[in-house]
Amino acid sequence: MPLQDDPPILDVEKLNVHYRGAPTAAVRDVSFKLGKERLGIVGESGSGKSTVGRALLKLLPTADISARSLSFKGQNLLACREKQMLGIRGKKISMILQDPKYSLNPIRRCGDQIAEAYLTHFKCSRAQAKARALEMLEAVQIRSPERVYKMYPHEVSGGMGQRIMIAMMLLTEPDMVIADEPTSALDVTVRLQVLEILDRLVREKGIGLIMISHDLNLVRNFCDRVLIMYAGQVLESLRAEDLDQAQHPYTQGLLAAQPRIGGARTALPVLQRRDEWLQGSSVSA
Amino acid sequence: MKTIAIKNLCKSFGAVDVLKDVTFEVPAGECFGLVGESGSGKSTTLLCASMLISSWTGSITIGSRSLKDMPPMERCRALQMVFQDPYGSLHPRQSIRTTLAEPIRIHKLGDMEDRLAKSMEDVGLPHAFLDRYPHQLSGGQRQRVAIARALILEPSVLLLDEPTSALDVSVQAEILNLLQRLRAEKGFTYLMVSHDLAVVDHMCERFAVMQSGEITEILGRDTLLQNGATHPYARQLIEASLAYEQGICPNRQNLKPMNPVLRAPGFFLPRA
Repeated sequence: MPLQDDPPILDVEKLNVHYRGAPTAAVRDVSFKLGKERLGIVGESGSGKSTVGRALLKLLPTADISARSLSFKGQNLLACREKQMLGIRGKKISMILQDPKYSLNPIRRCGDQIAEAYLTHFKCSRAQAKARALEMLEAVQIRSPERVYKMYPHEVSGGMGQRIMIAMMLLTEPDMVIADEPTSALDVTVRLQVLEILDRLVREKGIGLIMISHDLNLVRNFCDRVLIMYAGQVLESLRAEDLDQAQHPYTQGLLAAQPRIGGARTALPVLQRRDEWLQGSSVSA
Repeated sequence: MKTIAIKNLCKSFGAVDVLKDVTFEVPAGECFGLVGESGSGKSTTLLCASMLISSWTGSITIGSRSLKDMPPMERCRALQMVFQDPYGSLHPRQSIRTTLAEPIRIHKLGDMEDRLAKSMEDVGLPHAFLDRYPHQLSGGQRQRVAIARALILEPSVLLLDEPTSALDVSVQAEILNLLQRLRAEKGFTYLMVSHDLAVVDHMCERFAVMQSGEITEILGRDTLLQNGATHPYARQLIEASLAYEQGICPNRQNLKPMNPVLRAPGFFLPRA
């Protein structure tokens, strides 16, 4: 359940995603509601967490998506045609991807790419779009926006690249942002800075955030609620601060397998996977 | 088992000095960590130590022998490297058997089958996996193969370049346990690059913090929890890692206050 009582921004019920040609579904019966909050989805690689994120934007041309309900602010996303989706993607729901090196266009200036996001969705002049892009660069704590505006992606560092991505994705004031491993390509110090900026913008603007990550520390620190995924199902849903009191053996196993500063330095407990985890049904959240 | 000592190691690419006077020594049987931000020269240090980059100045000695004086065959028996990305470091069209047999063949060691079976057993993989190809293995299994390949020549020093950063926590635990067990059994000397201080604390007795090609400080792992570093960069790095783990954000105060105009709802929508 979302933490606030407002009507949810996104309501997903029994979402199933099946890649064509694969023997089993990649995502099975996933249900959750998202309000103006920060929801973390954690799991190992292959657990289907990124697939959920992409399915929400219908970015999976090679998969069949079905759901009992997939409604975004009352609008049924499943029934939307591609043309309608173009008006939603990047404007109402935007997505921050893992590595700025691969997700920015290498042969266009960073600033122009940010301004393009604005020009695509709003009727305005190029000068206006540029002004907005510069303001947004300032909002993501870039010290000399004018200089960075003119730079190419290969000239900026990873942390700056990711802030440029955030600027681009929040410029259109979406209602919901999906961040797919937004900081796993960054160093610890830069990672915190980028997360702080994202966190603040999302909170101050009242945007719903879905943070997809394999990093338990990250979701603990930067999310309100956490869904734990395993083999395409949601095994457990928890408040982030209660993560240490997780009930499911899988979540407990993940937490125990993580080395800690000042930890015991003895052999780390290794996760024992059990088949019965696959039998149960998804937890709805 | 042998000591690895690096003295006054310098390396430049064109006009850029990427390593400036790097000096440290790892006694036999120790695990030594190298940490620092990306671009600080941690991986370059390993590449120099493995002679994958050969035009450096300074000296690297393994045991009592200088690395530059060793013929390649001897060098490969003395040190081996495990790379970061298990998806990129195995030949996709060679079976695990071919990959592991190559060093035995080159070094004319003999007892091929015994050695292959032994190395698979060492890294905890079933013998039948020898006839698989890399795409038939998971990330953790591939990293085990990469470790088996490094071990098959029985080196005394292992260079580990972020051996678990491409893996999930659960798989990372298995690989770290494996590395710990092998060191206890065979007394390897490890030189390990990592960006995760929790992993470094778990594995290494001591570690060096690098920044822009220099070693700022060498610390023992017991200084981590109290943040006993004296160099400002090392302090900052440890502080950030501790905060990340414990969920306190030290940078919150350092952020510039957001422009109130920007904060207003609907600001980014087109103005009338």
